Amino acid sequence: MSTIIPEVGSIALSALMATAAGLIGSFAIMRRMVLAADPISHIALPGIGIALILRINPLWGALALLLLGAVLIWAVERRVRIATEAVIGVTFAVALAVGSIITSGDQLIDALLGTPGTLTLREAVLGVVGSVIVIVFVLRERNALVVRLISPEIAMTSAVDVARLDLYFLLAFALTIGLGLRFLGVLLMGSLIIIPAAIARRFARSLQAMLVLSATTAVVSTVVGTYVASLAGRPSGPFIVMVAGGLFFLSLFRRREG
Amino acid sequence: MNALEVEGLAVRLGGTDVLRGITFNLPRATCLAIIGPNGAGKTVLLRALIGALPHTGRITWAADTALGYVPQKLDIERDLPLNGRDFLRAKAALLGSAGVMQTEALHAVGLAEEVLATPIGNMSGGQFQRLLIAFALLGRPNVLLLDEPAAGIDAPGQAQLTEVLHGLQDSRAMTVLLVSHDLSVVYRHADYVLCLGRHGTCFGPPRSALTPEMLYEVYGQPLGFHVHHHS
Repeated sequence: MSTIIPEVGSIALSALMATAAGLIGSFAIMRRMVLAADPISHIALPGIGIALILRINPLWGALALLLLGAVLIWAVERRVRIATEAVIGVTFAVALAVGSIITSGDQLIDALLGTPGTLTLREAVLGVVGSVIVIVFVLRERNALVVRLISPEIAMTSAVDVARLDLYFLLAFALTIGLGLRFLGVLLMGSLIIIPAAIARRFARSLQAMLVLSATTAVVSTVVGTYVASLAGRPSGPFIVMVAGGLFFLSLFRRREG
Repeated sequence: MNALEVEGLAVRLGGTDVLRGITFNLPRATCLAIIGPNGAGKTVLLRALIGALPHTGRITWAADTALGYVPQKLDIERDLPLNGRDFLRAKAALLGSAGVMQTEALHAVGLAEEVLATPIGNMSGGQFQRLLIAFALLGRPNVLLLDEPAAGIDAPGQAQLTEVLHGLQDSRAMTVLLVSHDLSVVYRHADYVLCLGRHGTCFGPPRSALTPEMLYEVYGQPLGFHVHHHS
């Protein structure tokens, strides 16, 4: 499949993915999963390696391993009840090591930093469907996610299936990372989830403000970063993260009231 | 008719028996105070009762039970970008309850509607505690479980809180289970007391269950205590 998606469509698609990243990031940062985003994205690497060996689109390999990783974290956390971050940190450092052994050279650079160039139709469709799933999930489940965030016990007494919600959240989180890999690469996708949410958190005084600001910042960073990258003729990932990071440092100048 | 019947309840966490052989029946519309030293398993008991912890033994709530739970400490950061309204709205939406119920819950705990616009990190301890109770009251529960509701609140705030709870129990015929360290509150407001001690448990009306010997047994040291009589 080598149909090429025109430029405008590509920008619209990356904006949709950024919206998903901003929304899932809002809850990730409120749930203190900041440090988890990066390691989770690393598990995509062995998936990419395996896909390349099997000669299938690396995106499928990455997605498969990310979703598997989400289920793994969920299961381990339920069983062992130690902090998610410890589990994630150890598991995915190993994944990164394995991935870097079975991937090599340019493929590795592409996987780490995002592939420059155009999307195939199949990738575009996957991007749209995946982004919509994540966006709908966060918006529909935001109330359950808020109550879960406040206290799992309160959630249980409010007719929320906490275990299932946690699983869905991790899957949505992994899916979001998978969607952005093509643009940002394994190393940088976590930051598109986290940085906009970190900026929004400095300004927001309500859930709605948090979600809107985070999604908007993610979209602006992605669109501006992609544009600058195209002018420079370089991969977009590093530019997107530089724009987001720049906005974050700017936001530090605003003193938080109260 | 009992609101709750517990028989031979035991909870094991991380290879340790945290609770063992807890048995009691709690009639409807009564107030049970759970007391005991730190680490006796008071919070664990509440969490087991709401079904959040694996346990053995039997826990039977009345068929029409609707639970409201107020946890002791929330494991959240204070600078969350959430305000009181986000809190209440989220739960109200989950229960499909109307806006009037939110107003009713706020009224019941004596919290002004304006406070809802405040981010939770900017609320005082008393305001936040009331918000949590209002939160628990959404969906009109007939059983309220509170884990040290007065912790971190100043003395006037505590007195108000006690009145709020007592009012709720009277006006709505609620069954209230609360963990408390304040024995004077226990004596004045609780119909029953369950003490979780180092060497066993006791259950009964405060005046007969809370003998100096029992308090010694529960807390492992003599406890100077004076019973107030209010007219």
